[in-house]
Amino acid sequence: MPINLEDIRSLFPILHQEVNGKPLVYLDNAATTQKPQAVLDALSNYYELDNSNIHRGAHTLADRATRYYEKTRTLIKEYINAKEEAEIIFTKGTTESINLVAATFGRKFITKGDEILISTMEHHANIVPWQMLCEEKEAILKIIPINDSGEILMEEFDKLLNENTKLVSIVHVSNALGTINPVKEIIQKAHRFGAKVLLDGAQSTSHLDVNVQDLDCDFLAFSAHKLFGPTGLGILYGKRNILESMPPYQGGGEMIKEVTFAKTTYNDIPFKFEAGTPNIADVIAFQKALEFINDLGKSDIKKQEDDLLSYATDLLGEIKGFIPIGTAKDKVSVISFNLNGMHPFDVGMMLDANGIAVRTGHHCTQPLMQRFGIEGTVRASFSVYNTKSEIDVLVAAVAKIAKIKNK
Amino acid sequence: MNTIQDIQNEIIDEFGILGDDKESTIYYIMELGAKLPEFPESEKTEENIIKGCQSKVWLTTQENEDKIVFLADSNTDITKGLISLLIRVLSGRKPQEILHAQLDFIDKIGMGNIIGSQRSNGLAAMIKQMKLYALAYQTKQNA
Repeated sequence: MPINLEDIRSLFPILHQEVNGKPLVYLDNAATTQKPQAVLDALSNYYELDNSNIHRGAHTLADRATRYYEKTRTLIKEYINAKEEAEIIFTKGTTESINLVAATFGRKFITKGDEILISTMEHHANIVPWQMLCEEKEAILKIIPINDSGEILMEEFDKLLNENTKLVSIVHVSNALGTINPVKEIIQKAHRFGAKVLLDGAQSTSHLDVNVQDLDCDFLAFSAHKLFGPTGLGILYGKRNILESMPPYQGGGEMIKEVTFAKTTYNDIPFKFEAGTPNIADVIAFQKALEFINDLGKSDIKKQEDDLLSYATDLLGEIKGFIPIGTAKDKVSVISFNLNGMHPFDVGMMLDANGIAVRTGHHCTQPLMQRFGIEGTVRASFSVYNTKSEIDVLVAAVAKIAKIKNK
Repeated sequence: MNTIQDIQNEIIDEFGILGDDKESTIYYIMELGAKLPEFPESEKTEENIIKGCQSKVWLTTQENEDKIVFLADSNTDITKGLISLLIRVLSGRKPQEILHAQLDFIDKIGMGNIIGSQRSNGLAAMIKQMKLYALAYQTKQNA
């Protein structure tokens, strides 16, 4: 069923406001998506009706909160087609999910001389944890190069893979460029050498159908807030046998089976990795975000976003002085660009004066910016609730700004 | 020469004419930046970069008898415009005047709303650096 934009936009109260005297045009969806009313209602309903600490409560509220909380785990399991709920771990966000793997899998299985592969287009969250681990373990971090369009050079990846490769940690979709990486092929190749693969799915899970069993990734990290859900909630998927082989992450309540001063035994997965009272309200509210996506359907969402992407790419491309950064064949609805002779920060501020929200700067991908020899870009990223008339507003504003230096 | 307060009042009047229109205000700030005297390339050193600015800002001084002349540049046009305002108010003055300047024009023209919190922090860093230069000159003069 084709998506009715008016209906969708009516579900997002935040979109209906003016910024700097102009209607808000929110094009910073790769940073975070807006939340439908159902998510906002679920958050307040939880605190109004169900607030209680989950698991081991002997009363009705605790039982209700526990059931709602665990229901989200089931929905996430279905969303990414994991085998079982136990493979879904709640974290603070993609960054913590990756750090969890570095601190547990990394601590136990990475040793001196081992190699970890990442790509040039990683977010700092998928660079720094591995640098820290490699420094501690005397392991080696190797970087898969990319071409000028912002695509991974697969023949270079092939050359980097060897028996010492223990982990390939790679971004599924680049936040700064929008490139969709051929992760299925990467996973297959890495597995031939016995390496495990972590997918940074922060950007992919909102745009693409991410099926962990089909991809056969060992880990998948992503964040609820980029999927119309609340901030402060992340997910780590891991295959059962790997999660079971990993030591715990943090110590505390929930993650234990039995504690004595002599010895503590640990709980089963996923609880082994969920010490302390979790982010209950946000987990419960996230259900409504997943329902929103499921109701629309991933393929219709993708179609709508692809339409916006090609419409915007064509129109912006005609502007004198417009320099696209990242022109991969396979892209999600992200356009990164610079205007000849202008600093991205200035462009972003002038767009903001027109009510248009974009992101400017290095997008937490400084090595990628260095690869392109630039300080940063202006990034417009579209979601399912954006319209072609909003793209028209963006194009008109960019054209006007470009004229300052490109007459 | 007009006092620091006179110049500040001039700026407040100019921005008052622009009103609440953020876009025209930004364009105006950029135009001001474009009029800044050329900054010598040889002075674009690591030492002259002001820490705390998101965009790159270089600041240096020239002595003119007992007064300080500020020279500055930035890699972004809006920041350059902001510096030009500070230079207009503080450059060519005695260290003591600079040290005691109460720069109320920044609040009065609603600069925080125009440039946002990141650039406001940068602006504060620029003012601090200009006052540090003044302090150093004053110390040298008194020595």
